[in-house]
Amino acid sequence: MSKIFEHLVSPAVPVPIENIDTDQIIPARFLKATTREGFGENLFRDWRFDADNQPKADFVMNNPIYGGKILVAGKNFGCGSSREHAAWAIADAGFKVVVSSFFADIFKNNALNNFILPIQVSENFLDNIFKAIEADPKAALEVDLENQFIKIVATGEKESFDINQYKKTCLLNGYDDIDYLLSLRKEIEQYETTRPFNF
Amino acid sequence: MGKTLFDKIWDGHIVVSKPGHPDAVYINTHFIHEVTSPQAFDGLRKRNIPVFRPAKTRATADHNVPTLHQDQPIKEALSRHQVEMLTKNTAEFGVELYGLGHRFQGIVHVIGPELGITLPGMTIVCGDSHTSTHGAFGAVAFGIGTSEVEQVLATQCILQYKPKRMKIEVNGQLGKGVLSKDIILYIISKISASGATGYFVEYAGEAIRSLSMEARMTICNMSIEMGARGGLIAPDETTFEYIKGREFAPKGADWDQSLAFWKTLYSDQDAEFDKVLTFDAADIEPQITYGTNPGMGMGVTRHIPALEQLDEKERPSFKKSLEYMELQPGAALLGKKVDYVFIGSCTNSRIEDLRLVADFVKGKQKADDVVVWIVPGSKQVEAQAIEEGIDKIFAAAGFQLREPGCSACLAMNEDKIPAGMYCISTSNRNFEGRQGPNARTFLASPLTAAAAAITGKVTDVRELLATSL
Repeated sequence: MSKIFEHLVSPAVPVPIENIDTDQIIPARFLKATTREGFGENLFRDWRFDADNQPKADFVMNNPIYGGKILVAGKNFGCGSSREHAAWAIADAGFKVVVSSFFADIFKNNALNNFILPIQVSENFLDNIFKAIEADPKAALEVDLENQFIKIVATGEKESFDINQYKKTCLLNGYDDIDYLLSLRKEIEQYETTRPFNF
Repeated sequence: MGKTLFDKIWDGHIVVSKPGHPDAVYINTHFIHEVTSPQAFDGLRKRNIPVFRPAKTRATADHNVPTLHQDQPIKEALSRHQVEMLTKNTAEFGVELYGLGHRFQGIVHVIGPELGITLPGMTIVCGDSHTSTHGAFGAVAFGIGTSEVEQVLATQCILQYKPKRMKIEVNGQLGKGVLSKDIILYIISKISASGATGYFVEYAGEAIRSLSMEARMTICNMSIEMGARGGLIAPDETTFEYIKGREFAPKGADWDQSLAFWKTLYSDQDAEFDKVLTFDAADIEPQITYGTNPGMGMGVTRHIPALEQLDEKERPSFKKSLEYMELQPGAALLGKKVDYVFIGSCTNSRIEDLRLVADFVKGKQKADDVVVWIVPGSKQVEAQAIEEGIDKIFAAAGFQLREPGCSACLAMNEDKIPAGMYCISTSNRNFEGRQGPNARTFLASPLTAAAAAITGKVTDVRELLATSL
């Protein structure tokens, strides 16, 4: 997993379904591994494969026309379970960016902690991305984290996105939260002396 | 201006707050389990650092443990390995474990409160989204990912942006046969599965205040199902009464000091919330879900929405959901045949839930073609149920009383609902495949689930309550 987030121009994989929960992203029965690797093969497992483990022809990830490092999904992506395995599966399958019009909070944190950029766009822009991919499955999106915009390359249509500055710095430099928290050791020990009981 | 309860607790736990940075928030209690912790311990090993405050973390095995024959080794190799890793990791890093065979073992969100570990005013996290359950005690409790589990193990702190505050008031009194599960399913059906995303919710109002602690836990448990970061209820005499005397609860002078502090834990009269929603308990009937997210619910006597009632944009996801459920838009659910009944999970597996079900089914028999699983939330709940003779009532009714664990709520162990079957479940999620590949879930209260166990179909429990009186 590369930690540093670089400027990206890539086609995208569209999953225009709303409320995609983390049980769809990675079903619970695949959470038994004790490492972070290998979850990509079970990403969207029950949408990708039938009961006999055969690929379902109508699912986008089984259509070789679609590919790229960007996943585009309907609103409220990543709701449900806090399992970070969902972010690991997405990263392991080669995605660097997830675009949706709304993200669940825990998933958003988990994605950022795994150097995946969740980009929240307007409903309208999301529709336009889906339309662009419908017109051309290879339609590229440009993602510029430094300047905080996403662009549909073919039409030139662009939208800026929000990201807090701390997380932006982490992504651009490959820092993680534990590095920062470990640097606060003195402050943490000091805090502990100020609290009277266990609250 | 006054402060909300949430603000009082959050602000009191900020170790460092720098502009442009998330708050470093101190965590009082950290619960871990076998599924979301192994990678975090690995991270500590890679960095060559210890657990910073091992006494503030407690572990149990719950997510993938079998619910039969827990005295024997786990048969399934991957599950066994995960549980063994937890034993190894907790021993190596000095964390207390209530593993299989321990008298305190159980679902993490059941054992924390019942052991008196969960207390008002605490910050509590766990690598599990239903950590919101502990908010019932007036704690700021929320679910986290494994990278965050590692943060807490390493530093007893977590980096978080402060969520917005929402108040949900439920006024008035609940009708007969309507439980706290119905309150929360009703609220979620009104505001959708993402209606509280970005918020921390405080539940208030007469209908909430009148609930027992266990019923309050059911409400806070499902806060995440409307997207909320967490949900909490200001502590009161009901809370203090529940905590007093429990295994790890403060005792003696410590109790007096704690109690004095807990009594300061409420939202000030002039505290401002970013959003306030108000509901009337009298409008709530027993609830049931018909779709594949917890927001797709309704009163048990109602009809599934027709396509015309929905926005054009919502229709594709709605249709996909009903196709999965093999249900028709506009149809009623009353009378729909069910195959399985699951009473358990961190939402509804506590002793009160089991007592309520036992009272209702006493002298009744389950329908012939229904399988009924009762999975207690913990060893202590199980022991209490046996002591009260509840196990015999279940056996007489044809219900299987199993051993504690998360079980068919997420079907990580063998407790899976077969493909195509319908299960009425007291758990918290009706997602596609949640209870097993292609299994179909109706979420409901323990009473509504028990009614279906007796009749073999979706039933308005109020009718059975009327005839039994």
